Amino acid sequence: MVVPAIVLLLVFNYAPLFGLLTAFQYYDPPAGVWNSDWAGFDQFRLLFADPLFWGALRNTLYLGLVQLVLFFPIPIALALLLNSVLSVRVRNFIQSVVYLPHFFSWVLVITIFQQMLGGAGALNQFLRSHDLQTWDITTNPGTFVLLVTSQVVWKEAGWGIVVFLAALSAVNPGLYEAAAVDGAGPFRRMWHITLPGLRTVIVLMLVLRLGGTLSVGFEQFLIQRDAVGHETAEVLDTYAFYYGITTGDYSLGAAAGLFKSVISLLLIWGANKLAHFFGEDGLYRR
Amino acid sequence: MTKVFTIGAGTSAARAPRARADRPPWQERPSVAGQSAKGLSLGGVLAVMLVPLWIVVVTSLATPGAVNRAGGLVIWPDGFTLQAYREILTDPTIRTALIVSLGITVAGTALSMVVSVLCAYGLSRPRSPGHRLILVLLIVTMFVSGGLIPTFLVVTGLGGYGQWWALILPNAVSVFNILVLRSFYAKTSAELIDAARMDGAGDWRILRSVVLPTSRAVTAVIALFYAVGYWNSFFTVMLYMPTDSEKWPLQYVLLTYVNRGAGMPGSVNAGFGMAHAQTAPLSTQMAVVVLTLVPLLIVYPFVQKNFRAGVLTGAVKG
Repeated sequence: MVVPAIVLLLVFNYAPLFGLLTAFQYYDPPAGVWNSDWAGFDQFRLLFADPLFWGALRNTLYLGLVQLVLFFPIPIALALLLNSVLSVRVRNFIQSVVYLPHFFSWVLVITIFQQMLGGAGALNQFLRSHDLQTWDITTNPGTFVLLVTSQVVWKEAGWGIVVFLAALSAVNPGLYEAAAVDGAGPFRRMWHITLPGLRTVIVLMLVLRLGGTLSVGFEQFLIQRDAVGHETAEVLDTYAFYYGITTGDYSLGAAAGLFKSVISLLLIWGANKLAHFFGEDGLYRR
Repeated sequence: MTKVFTIGAGTSAARAPRARADRPPWQERPSVAGQSAKGLSLGGVLAVMLVPLWIVVVTSLATPGAVNRAGGLVIWPDGFTLQAYREILTDPTIRTALIVSLGITVAGTALSMVVSVLCAYGLSRPRSPGHRLILVLLIVTMFVSGGLIPTFLVVTGLGGYGQWWALILPNAVSVFNILVLRSFYAKTSAELIDAARMDGAGDWRILRSVVLPTSRAVTAVIALFYAVGYWNSFFTVMLYMPTDSEKWPLQYVLLTYVNRGAGMPGSVNAGFGMAHAQTAPLSTQMAVVVLTLVPLLIVYPFVQKNFRAGVLTGAVKG
């Protein structure tokens, strides 16, 4: 019964792993992986000599870290806020609304942002009609990092609360009652009961997000790269796409992709080690 | 910002008259300031989510006159016409795109579900042959992947360029989804399965008559995840059929004609002097946006209440 799934994975996940060999070749489409000439580490030498690659790496780290710092606390705060709402009806309604954008495509989200904040968008329409200075946020490289972060927040922050809400509902309500009887106010209850209850999940999500730092929204940047210019919006994934597929330099693209994968694995491994060091479970129990 | 209540009100709270039946007796009554801060922030969150959608929908229903009067997007309904929808639904490009999108979504979801359910059921039975090895084989793919270029080379090497299957097969299996399904199937009561086996049911029969009916909720959630993935995909189109405009699904049409090609008035594209014969009227563009939303909005309410079950097991055990 597992055969169809295994076949698909072998063809579309394991065969490409083998295809990573192209990163060490001068890949030549007619010759294929079997007959292309070996390049050793030449592709990586080319890669590291390319200032555009370093620009992409810098953008990736910068955008990824800003997103991590600004995004990460929001679902937690939202979950706490929602958890304090007593009415089940209101809570369910808010949940269904904030989950919704998670299911929108990036094309749709970016189109909506363009309509709201772009040059002809709702914001500038309002500013213009009141004779104020217009402000095109969607094409401005200076505010790009805030734009993409707010897009991620709009799309994913609501969905991000699912995990935290579940952890919150697993906290034993008797603890709150006992604490309240002992005279702990809402602040102390949050500090001594709620947050410790969330700690394991927070650490787990942090480890996962750190591992994903280098994979910052590929589709998101791909769509907006041309609007703000590649100096600001080129990330490792779009670099691999443009130099690998668009210009046909497959080996260089594969090398960039491999570089990213290795660093990502190291990041997730390091974050997990750190979690264990602080006595948390991380991805798995030690 | 959640707890703006006054501290120290705790001790007498238990004796205070209860305002709500669902407030636990030990919990303080919130202060007016705290309550309104909470209401304001939640209201703000809702507004940020809903206002853009509202504007899009209202503009798509607005008459050209209303769009002119508003100078662009329409915020308050001002006249009503389905003209924009009539236009896009008779437009051959958009009609084809809609059919393509629906076709890929239905075919892809069906395939993904069959493959995933079978795999998850196989792995959920203890002592199935090669159990651990297969599980490792699956989980490895969650952490290492060949990446963009090698995958592209494999798919094109198999002749996938410009083919429908290239949009479906490479992402047909989500290991995450299989693991979620598996953890649910593993919880199906062993007595029930043993009883079925006693009655002579084989694995297929057990899956169909016992396991699937007892895990409808999670199956629906996973099907939604797959369907949304197919419905929203545009990057695979960019990779494998960037020039076959008659094969484009809706998302790619949205990207090309609304997001960039048609040159949103005022966006950079319009300024670069690219040859835009005609920018589609704003209402029409917004109608395309709404069209990509409709199928999701139809399915969403039915599945939404089961989310927690579906996401949780995956997130916590994943």
